[in-house]
Amino acid sequence: MNRRLPPQPLEWIDRNKKLSFDFEGRNVTGYSGDTIASALLADGQLCLGRSFKYHRRRGPLSFANHDINALFDTEGYVNLRGDIEPVLEGLSLVATNVTGKLVTDRWRVLQWLAPFLPVGFYYKAFHTPKALFPFWERLIRARAGLGKINTNANLNRVPKRYRHTDVLVIGGGPSGMAAAAAAAREGATVILVDENPILGGSLDYQLANDQAALGYRESLRADIAKSDLVTVFTSSVASAFYADNWVPVMTPDGILKVRSASVIMATGVYEQPAVFRNNDVPGVMLASAGQRLISRFAVKPCNRAVVLTANQEGYRAALDFMEAGIDVAAVVDMGNSAERGTLVDTVHQKAIQIYDQCSVLEAISRKGQLSGVLLAEGRSSIASGFVNGQHIDCDGLFMSVGWAPASALLSQAGSGLKYDDTIGLFLPTKLPEGIFAAGRVNGIFDLQNRIADGIYAGKSAAYHAGVTQNLTLHPSPRAKHAHSHPYPIIPHKKGWDFVDFDEDLMVKDLGRAADEGFDNIELLKRYSTIGMGPSQGKHSNMNGIRVLARKMGQTIDETGSPTARPFFHPVPLAKLAGRRLRPHRITPLQGFHKDHKAIFMEAGIWQRPEYYQTGKNRLETIHEEASFVRKNVGMIDVSTLGKIEIFGADASEIMDRLYTMRMSNLQIGMSRYALMVDDVGIITDDGVAVRRARDHFYVTTTTGTSDTTFREIQRRIVEWKLDVEVINRTGQLGAVNVAGPLSRSLLAELTDINLREEAFPYLGARSGKFAGKEALLIRVGFVGELGYEIHMAPNDLRTAVTQIMEVGTEFNIRPFGVEAQRLLRLEKGHIIVGQDTDGLTNPYEASMPWAVHTKKEYFIGKRSLKRLKEKRSRSLVGFTLLETQHGINLNESNLVISANNIVGRVTSVAVSPTLGHLIGMAYVEDKTIKADNTFEIRTSDGILVTVLQTKPPFYDPESLRQKPDMEHTAG
Amino acid sequence: MKQIDCPHIGRRPISEFTYGGEVKAEPNPNDTDDAAWTDYLFSINGGPGLRIEWWHHGPSGTWFIIERDTLTDSFIRVVSGEEGLREP
Repeated sequence: MNRRLPPQPLEWIDRNKKLSFDFEGRNVTGYSGDTIASALLADGQLCLGRSFKYHRRRGPLSFANHDINALFDTEGYVNLRGDIEPVLEGLSLVATNVTGKLVTDRWRVLQWLAPFLPVGFYYKAFHTPKALFPFWERLIRARAGLGKINTNANLNRVPKRYRHTDVLVIGGGPSGMAAAAAAAREGATVILVDENPILGGSLDYQLANDQAALGYRESLRADIAKSDLVTVFTSSVASAFYADNWVPVMTPDGILKVRSASVIMATGVYEQPAVFRNNDVPGVMLASAGQRLISRFAVKPCNRAVVLTANQEGYRAALDFMEAGIDVAAVVDMGNSAERGTLVDTVHQKAIQIYDQCSVLEAISRKGQLSGVLLAEGRSSIASGFVNGQHIDCDGLFMSVGWAPASALLSQAGSGLKYDDTIGLFLPTKLPEGIFAAGRVNGIFDLQNRIADGIYAGKSAAYHAGVTQNLTLHPSPRAKHAHSHPYPIIPHKKGWDFVDFDEDLMVKDLGRAADEGFDNIELLKRYSTIGMGPSQGKHSNMNGIRVLARKMGQTIDETGSPTARPFFHPVPLAKLAGRRLRPHRITPLQGFHKDHKAIFMEAGIWQRPEYYQTGKNRLETIHEEASFVRKNVGMIDVSTLGKIEIFGADASEIMDRLYTMRMSNLQIGMSRYALMVDDVGIITDDGVAVRRARDHFYVTTTTGTSDTTFREIQRRIVEWKLDVEVINRTGQLGAVNVAGPLSRSLLAELTDINLREEAFPYLGARSGKFAGKEALLIRVGFVGELGYEIHMAPNDLRTAVTQIMEVGTEFNIRPFGVEAQRLLRLEKGHIIVGQDTDGLTNPYEASMPWAVHTKKEYFIGKRSLKRLKEKRSRSLVGFTLLETQHGINLNESNLVISANNIVGRVTSVAVSPTLGHLIGMAYVEDKTIKADNTFEIRTSDGILVTVLQTKPPFYDPESLRQKPDMEHTAG
Repeated sequence: MKQIDCPHIGRRPISEFTYGGEVKAEPNPNDTDDAAWTDYLFSINGGPGLRIEWWHHGPSGTWFIIERDTLTDSFIRVVSGEEGLREP
């Protein structure tokens, strides 16, 4: 049956553009501008989905972006909201949360199991007995959630965009448009955001047959269109409010982050359902949903209607339905029609029966859709001939019993909300500076007043933004009559009286939750899950509050409303993710690494060569790179080290204070290991400190800590009021470490610096020319061989490296990566901060008491280390596994076990190619190491292996190789 | 996202700043007892109210001392080093 109406004056559909799509294998036609649900309804498909829990048939409810029981899946996208999602040519759709077809959904049996699914069912199921947990988990996991995500779908990543403006107006109804135009007239730049594709708000559907309203609509839309200062974003939802007027707007083209001097919330109100038995049957909907269907999509929602109302909006809706050719059987007023204004007379004139002081007791359904209603008598009846239980035939029941403010953003902005008994609405109180509310969300219902309120808000916002200096207007009066029934809830002893359609919650569920002790609004929300579904309580919170307030004998304000957290409207994760934007740093030698087929790895923010490919497998290649360093010479890019220059009269003073070792007695031209701890005594950084002059030090930091260490030094200079300058040269300089027995002979060919042992000893540092350019050379021993770090400007370093490789050919040089370096330093027992230390490691635990010079007057962490030295109970120890057992799967982070307890963990482990067996380091509780110096580690395969504690270094314990004499290494 | 007034270049988003903790006078490590030292390290006042704090602005590379009201989540003023670092 085709339900499409003749053309409506404001309709969104384009009748010249027909399109067809597939629903459950059936071809459906619609127009461009239709949503999925409007096209299906026009086609006569009245059941649009199945409810979440009981799989009951559901139709449209709001048609305002909150119809959670009319969700659809296509290939690639799930949980599309049928009420707003535009239908596209060739789309192939199925209903979400349905097994098989919508009408015959296999899980519809769940509604017969309702008595066994009480409120808080999950919590009860997972309370006791414990043995049944796996059973319940399997069952619930299978039923939980809605659409099934296609993990192979292609993501269309869109960038995040940013805008700054004087005034942001949220909501494009009469108040919002008036506000935007007024602010722009004052000279403010304005961004106007509305979730609908077309500006107009309630003027487009609720007031579509009001000639005066149409006039306002045209002039307001014209004002917006002709203003150069107003930028409009339609089909866009302002989804949250963050500090200092920072509002993410979800547009069809991705997220737009708006920073505005002033924000006007003209967000309007959500129509609220009445609660009675079977209020979820397809055919029962909000009156505004009926109006939207008619006016926007030219869809006739039913043939014979009953309007249940508690405000004047219901009478207008009844007249709109008549205008659309619907036979309106009755208007059922939960209060008194005499208080509803002039429209009541028109309704009388149209011979529509009005029932005063009445309500709907129950909706009757036949074949899954509405067939009639059963009325209930109120306190008194003025309707002639009315008796309790009267039945009226109808296929449409429209609820117009009240509103709830769209005030989530106001709350997030810091506004208070207070319930106004006269209007029956939460209203904003104490608006923060620069935040303005306008229109119905502000309690103003008369159209002219809404527009005046918008103008007032617009001018005030421009004034607050500093655009205009004069403000002469006054606020508009709020409504004087109730627009919401104080308790539109008629519970039924047989249930199916839904308060929350997302989560299938009935009146008794809320009562029971309160009885079980969850009688605070926040507790009730979490226990019963009211308002936690995809519509986030937009059609359930208000009635939930009313039920709880009455149950507890409290006022609405005493009961309160649950906190509205950002985002108040669901947002696709892809929009939050935006583009993949993870910048990384590369060193000056990136080109060299690529030429040598480096495999890169992430080291903090840096890209570093893990190893250089040779055609052999990874481990073999790494071992080979290491053996070149041990036997000949190797070169590694260490440009990622932090490089900081410290100079000034107090340079040696600050060095003493910053590092645990004494630095003031360091000779010029020498370097020293530099270990930094924080106030608490935890290791934060290590590197090498070079004294370049009496008042000038050069320090390196670990790859990941250059910024934090530099920042901390800066702060200490301010705090200690020292005469020191500090420069972070990390990005200004590159560095390589050339190490191996042949390194000296190789480098000697490229520099005028005297490299002879007596002229440039171990830990020495010399400036001079290298490959013809300025360089700083430091004798280091990190990998346990004769070695030199060469620090140079990036371009110079590139030239130098080319020459090192050229000259190095005859010395059999090979570049090595981070993995080989890790292996080489492990053989030497050198720690890596961040790998062999964690957020709790102090120097005593790391077995480095030699690095703490406690005789110094002061250094950061001194007082804490004094205490930690006494309290130490674990140490970083070296271990070896001598017997070569095949298949031992020992890895970093494997646990040290003693008497079934965890007593430590492995921080570094590898098979040493130099030594031919497995070596590692682990934290171990001292007292758990056995008398024979062994302890046990649980491998990744779960087996316990016994390892032998071995004091590092594992290789060259006397460090002879770091300080050979010239003859020894001459070649 | 919150904004902070950088004393050098004006209003900037908080993502450009690093919090450096409350400004506290460090006891002399050589003559302070465990209790006083522990108090200095770990007793952090989480209650709402006025705080004098370290803030670092990354792009301009500056540390400054700021007075902040944690009750209203507002930055009140930049405090001079002389005032902020005065001995208690």
